[in-house]
Amino acid sequence: MNNHVKHLQDEIIRSSGVNPKKCMRCGKCTATCPAFDEMEYHPHQFVNMVETGDIEPLLQSESLYQCLSCFACIDRCPRGVEPAKLVEAVRLQVIRKQGANHMTANDVPDKLNEDLPQQAIVSAFRKYTK
Amino acid sequence: MQRIGVFVCWCGSNIAGTVDVQAVSDALANEPGVVFSTNYQYMCSQAGQDMIQNAIREHNLTGIVVCSCSPRMHEATFRKTAQGAGINPYMVEIANIREQCSWVHKDMEIGTEKAIILGKAAVAKVNLNAPLTPGESPVTKRALVIGGGIAGIQTALDIADAGFPVDIVETKPTIGGKMAQLDKTFPTLDCAACILTPKMVDVAQHENIRIFSYSEVTEVNGFVGNFTVKIKKKARFVDETKCTGCGECTEKCPMKKVPNEFNLGMDNRRAIYIPFAQAVPKVATIDADHCNMLKNGKCGLCAKVCAAGAIDYTQKDEIIEEKYGAIVAATGFNPISMDKFDEYAYNQSKDVITSLEFERLTNAAGPSAGKLVRPSDGKHPHTIVFVQCVGSRCAACAEKGKEYCSKICCMYTAKHAMLTRDKYPDTEVYVFYIDVRTPGKSFDEFYRRAVEEYGVHYIKGMVGKVAPQGDKLKVQASDLLANKQLHIDADLVVLAAAIEPDQSARPLATMLTASMDTNDFFTEAHPKLRPVESPTAGVFLSGACQGPKDIPETVSQAGAAAAKVIGLLAKDKLKGNPCIASSNELMCNGCSSCERVCPYGAITYVDKEFRMPDRTTKIRRVASVNEAVCQGCGACTVACPSGAMDLRGFANKQIMAEVDAICK
Repeated sequence: MNNHVKHLQDEIIRSSGVNPKKCMRCGKCTATCPAFDEMEYHPHQFVNMVETGDIEPLLQSESLYQCLSCFACIDRCPRGVEPAKLVEAVRLQVIRKQGANHMTANDVPDKLNEDLPQQAIVSAFRKYTK
Repeated sequence: MQRIGVFVCWCGSNIAGTVDVQAVSDALANEPGVVFSTNYQYMCSQAGQDMIQNAIREHNLTGIVVCSCSPRMHEATFRKTAQGAGINPYMVEIANIREQCSWVHKDMEIGTEKAIILGKAAVAKVNLNAPLTPGESPVTKRALVIGGGIAGIQTALDIADAGFPVDIVETKPTIGGKMAQLDKTFPTLDCAACILTPKMVDVAQHENIRIFSYSEVTEVNGFVGNFTVKIKKKARFVDETKCTGCGECTEKCPMKKVPNEFNLGMDNRRAIYIPFAQAVPKVATIDADHCNMLKNGKCGLCAKVCAAGAIDYTQKDEIIEEKYGAIVAATGFNPISMDKFDEYAYNQSKDVITSLEFERLTNAAGPSAGKLVRPSDGKHPHTIVFVQCVGSRCAACAEKGKEYCSKICCMYTAKHAMLTRDKYPDTEVYVFYIDVRTPGKSFDEFYRRAVEEYGVHYIKGMVGKVAPQGDKLKVQASDLLANKQLHIDADLVVLAAAIEPDQSARPLATMLTASMDTNDFFTEAHPKLRPVESPTAGVFLSGACQGPKDIPETVSQAGAAAAKVIGLLAKDKLKGNPCIASSNELMCNGCSSCERVCPYGAITYVDKEFRMPDRTTKIRRVASVNEAVCQGCGACTVACPSGAMDLRGFANKQIMAEVDAICK
């Protein structure tokens, strides 16, 4: 693992507060994930890839934006790994380097449709009104 | 003045790796009273012990200090060594320079300094040691086994076969425990009833065994060899001596809708019942919560039909007091509650069941007479999903599951899957696993047979969600090897629920002053070398109350516990611990503080005549310690306001000398 990747990994682990080593590879997060079909990398892969330092593909992946932040994986994980927090931390690594190109809270209502889970909308508001 | 020898052990590299043993023996050679000091690679070996004995004889030693591992490990060894060379075993002190020094330090300099200090403290103590002689107490040659499952049954049979009387106390109306509920048993697939019920009969017919069924232990007093136990025989409203177990009453009782706990509530029993046909004792019991006669005095049908006249609505709980030399805890386990696992829909669908319920469903004596059917509609299930580790290895959710591996689930799930495919080849069987753990004789072969010969689909992954939809159960799961999410329409979902110690274990441990771990499993005296003994003398452990165990392991441990009990009961007298409290009567002011704090009831007050300086006599009330009952805990010594109470071998003076040596 080179220094850049190590730094990235440390940063993700620090900001998420997640210890990927706690994962026992049961796959309950992925079993429970409602966005499975949309995601290129699934919750258990996020945990494993951060742990092994295979982070570059995650930064490039659309999966970062397909996570619904429903937190089902956090709720169900028997080891308290909290994969969704890890997804969020990886996402922040990308977003923080992009500058101010995010949506404003006012953009959100236009993008709503009735299929969107309530929790995702709440999460989006929480995220974009900071 | 003592003549003290110091023996510093290297423990291979365990101590010598972090402690400069030569420096320790050199430094301690200069301590007051020390006339000989040396070090050796393995002090506990025969050569090491010989070295100690020779030194005792050559240098006329009166006391020794061994700087080695914890006294829990080898204090007894070195006491015996000293005794062999003619000095009192209580003139031996151990300085623990392994667990409390070399193992916790990395730096040689610091480790060595601490080892020297610990050695100095031990030398200071030996300087004040006095020879002690243990008292003796008789052994009551009768054992108590608490719990009548396979663990308790095997332990009782083995003790009874050795010729000692045994009492079994079982809270349920019958012995048999969980094993009586099982269908077939891995890895040989013999039926549980065929191998258990003959043992139950053996217990019933054994001249040395008494069974107290529908009873519980309410109070334990005394100590190893001399326990006094109160047993509450709950009123079953049936005279055990008259009831023939004909079952007439259980057919006539009009209260038909009482959930049958033996079948885990999957069918009903009457208010008067015999749990199952092979019950021991085969005696009816009236469930007072559901009996109309006991609740409002109307009915009395069972009394009318009972030809033996065994029904007695006026029966009361009875307390029996009995003396025992040894007590075996065999309280067993239960599957944990599935109430908090909403994702598996256990409370939403009757067709989501636990593995123990599956056992009853496939058992010929079960609610469906052994036919595997869905509990909801009685139809044959064509797709069955087994979920492993439900609540086991669950570190994140203490309120839901257990952090440990329940150990037995991998094997019984393989058994369930295999038997299902064997009997119903038209059924698709999926097993979701995190790891398959099958260490045990013929165990992994058994699991592989389920996969290779019986075509069970083993999938590495977990079930995330079970949702009842119509008459199907929508199962959403992961297949980690294929990196897929699976959706299976199942007819039946079987949850391998984690197991936990029976709830009676915690209050029992308190009564026995036996220690438990954070999961409420009884703690063994040593995990490797004393696995069937509790650290509390005279208390032994059998079966799953000590940790998750399958039947083969339970039976082995039950036999081992019996062997330990037999070893104890075979003795006529037990040597006590001489390190007990004693009161200096001249200093005692009769305040009763010590009597109040003594947890063993070992202290009484007596009126004694004392000669006063003016040659008159005076009667004073002073504390007196019953040496057979005192366990040497030392509570009284700290409670005593006048410093009259002291502990032999751990006198205040000795402790202070150790503290002074450390602080010097």
